[in-house]
Amino acid sequence: MSPLLAFLTSEPVAKGIDPWIAVCSLITVVVTVGMGFWTAGKSKSAGDFFVAGRSVSVGWNASAISGEYLSAASFMGVAGMVMATGYDALWYPVCYACGYLFLLLFIAGPLRRFGAYTIPDFAEGRYDSPAFRKIAVCFVLFIGFFYTMPQMKGAGTTLAYIFPGLPYWAGVVVVGAVITLNVSLGGMKGITLVQAFQYWLKVFAITLPIFVLASVVGHYQQHLAVNKTAQETKAAAIPGIERKALPAKAPKDEAWIAPFGKLTTKAVDASIAAAKTPEEKTALEAAKKPYSLLYTYSLIIALVCGTAGLPHILVRFYTNPDGVAAKRTTMWVMILIGVFYVFPPVYGVLGRSLTPELYDAVGAKGTDKVVLELPTLLAGRDHALLGSILSGITCAGAFAAFMSTFSGLLVSMSSALAHDIYGRMLRPGSSPEQRLKAFKWSALIIGVVSVALGTQVEKQNINFMVGQAFAIAAASYFPLLFMSVWWRGMTMPGAATGMLVGGLTALGAIFLTTLSDVYAVQGLADFWVAHPLARILCEQPAIWAVPLSIGLMVVVSKATAASIPADIRMKMLVLHAPEALGLKQEYIKEHEGLGGH
Amino acid sequence: MKEPNPAPVDAHSDAFLARLMRGQLKLSIACALAFAVALVALPLLNYFQPELMAQRVFGFTLTWLILGVLFFPFVWIISYVFIQRSIALENAEAQAAQDGSTK
Repeated sequence: MSPLLAFLTSEPVAKGIDPWIAVCSLITVVVTVGMGFWTAGKSKSAGDFFVAGRSVSVGWNASAISGEYLSAASFMGVAGMVMATGYDALWYPVCYACGYLFLLLFIAGPLRRFGAYTIPDFAEGRYDSPAFRKIAVCFVLFIGFFYTMPQMKGAGTTLAYIFPGLPYWAGVVVVGAVITLNVSLGGMKGITLVQAFQYWLKVFAITLPIFVLASVVGHYQQHLAVNKTAQETKAAAIPGIERKALPAKAPKDEAWIAPFGKLTTKAVDASIAAAKTPEEKTALEAAKKPYSLLYTYSLIIALVCGTAGLPHILVRFYTNPDGVAAKRTTMWVMILIGVFYVFPPVYGVLGRSLTPELYDAVGAKGTDKVVLELPTLLAGRDHALLGSILSGITCAGAFAAFMSTFSGLLVSMSSALAHDIYGRMLRPGSSPEQRLKAFKWSALIIGVVSVALGTQVEKQNINFMVGQAFAIAAASYFPLLFMSVWWRGMTMPGAATGMLVGGLTALGAIFLTTLSDVYAVQGLADFWVAHPLARILCEQPAIWAVPLSIGLMVVVSKATAASIPADIRMKMLVLHAPEALGLKQEYIKEHEGLGGH
Repeated sequence: MKEPNPAPVDAHSDAFLARLMRGQLKLSIACALAFAVALVALPLLNYFQPELMAQRVFGFTLTWLILGVLFFPFVWIISYVFIQRSIALENAEAQAAQDGSTK
């Protein structure tokens, strides 16, 4: 600790640190670690570690799921994106919240009833195929790592913001170490409490500052009203609302406030800029709006279906006592995250009027930090102390955001490693104690790998990386779960083909856009300019990848209908029959009698 | 076959499973449709009726008010209706199956 202390008190660092921000962030970390130690004594069995003893009540579980779900992208990214691109970015918070509806309607109840520990458990149990478990495990780890990287990036940049001078990697290492410690101490049971606490902290941290701020500088709708629409001849003047001049880089009012703005027209805009003849230009201008509509729909599909296919969220449903509780939990999650998601866009709108200078910077120093930056404005309005305190609170919220999401990911990936790979594949005869030990080691290994990966993504955009994880989940896990639960004709080859092809083609398409954007592969960039439609379909692959995946599942399953599991009727009954009938107990006994499992 | 008070049935019959899945799936699809219609319609309205959607309502544009604020309570209503119906359906089915096994 002492080198860190020496560093913090050293002259250049200490000058730039607001004590309130440092104290609030420190409290969040200390409470998180404290809760981890406190619950460590209570988590004893393997069940506690993997599924929190399956006894988490609706209220706790809903808070914990919400805490886990609201990541760095939600807390900071959404506000930044609304500020940067306007109306179109509103689809992100709306679909992040409403995607849960699909989970509730089609997946939550049946999945819980099946009574597995992990998604790979479900995959094996549903198709009686150990091979399929292996494929499912790979996808859990794969999507997990994809989703971990933006959380790590959030940790690195926030810490660098709070302690100017601290290198990016230091934040990644600190947060990675704290959470890895917590997860290996208490497993799922331990983090349930921590995540529930972190949800309420995040809601508090996003709402309180904005209410105080709005009462001083003007309200949401007033700041929106000063942006003129295409129909209005000039921007409305509202008493008490001061607007700073927008820099040249900022989008114009008409494009910002209306649908089909910068976010969805980027590809076509690039082509228009490169068009050689006026005819070409007119043709592209005409195509701009339809393409933009296509982009919007593809984004909606990716976010809605992706939410229903994120493994670290799905695994949480196993912690409910029964299927009815799983459904009730989902409804409460929708309310809790819906309440939260109303607020980040407010920061974006206020930020456009009050901190337009952020448009000129890029990445972590740009619009992404509007949530942290806005409360400090109060300091310039004779509320210096209040500004510092509120700024401290939002920083604490940001900390809670990437810590809770990372802890959820770590549990689901450690479960995959300890339960599915160690417990089921490598050492099927291992004792519960050995599996518990394996869980702790797995948490450590995954934690180290995550930190290593996190240090490599400093240049990437948080929301974009999250979008990648969602698109891949939408094209792989969502079709798998949806079809496995509702169609008894599904076979293992069908499920595996659909999931692999859907997931991998989506990944490949996204990778192509990354190649040209981040690694500046010139030939590819030229191709995108010549074919904006191809660029849109690669950047947002859900609109073709999800139907492709489901279509393949149907076709291949029909072709391999002979391999439908023999006891499919019983499996479907377990998925769909109310627990009151006690069918699951019968099923498990029957299976044990046969020497299976 | 799909009335609120289903006839007694053997829990291990194909008929029971088919009825169970059909009942729940119908309910899920009905709720999903209400949601999907809204999701499909809003971009279409933005596309074909831009002037209407840019009308000011309390300072918001109409489309911003719908997407940024009203969409959330709309989805809560759907999920509330679904939970109530779905639990009622389960109870009815459990009752029917128990009647069937004690018969």
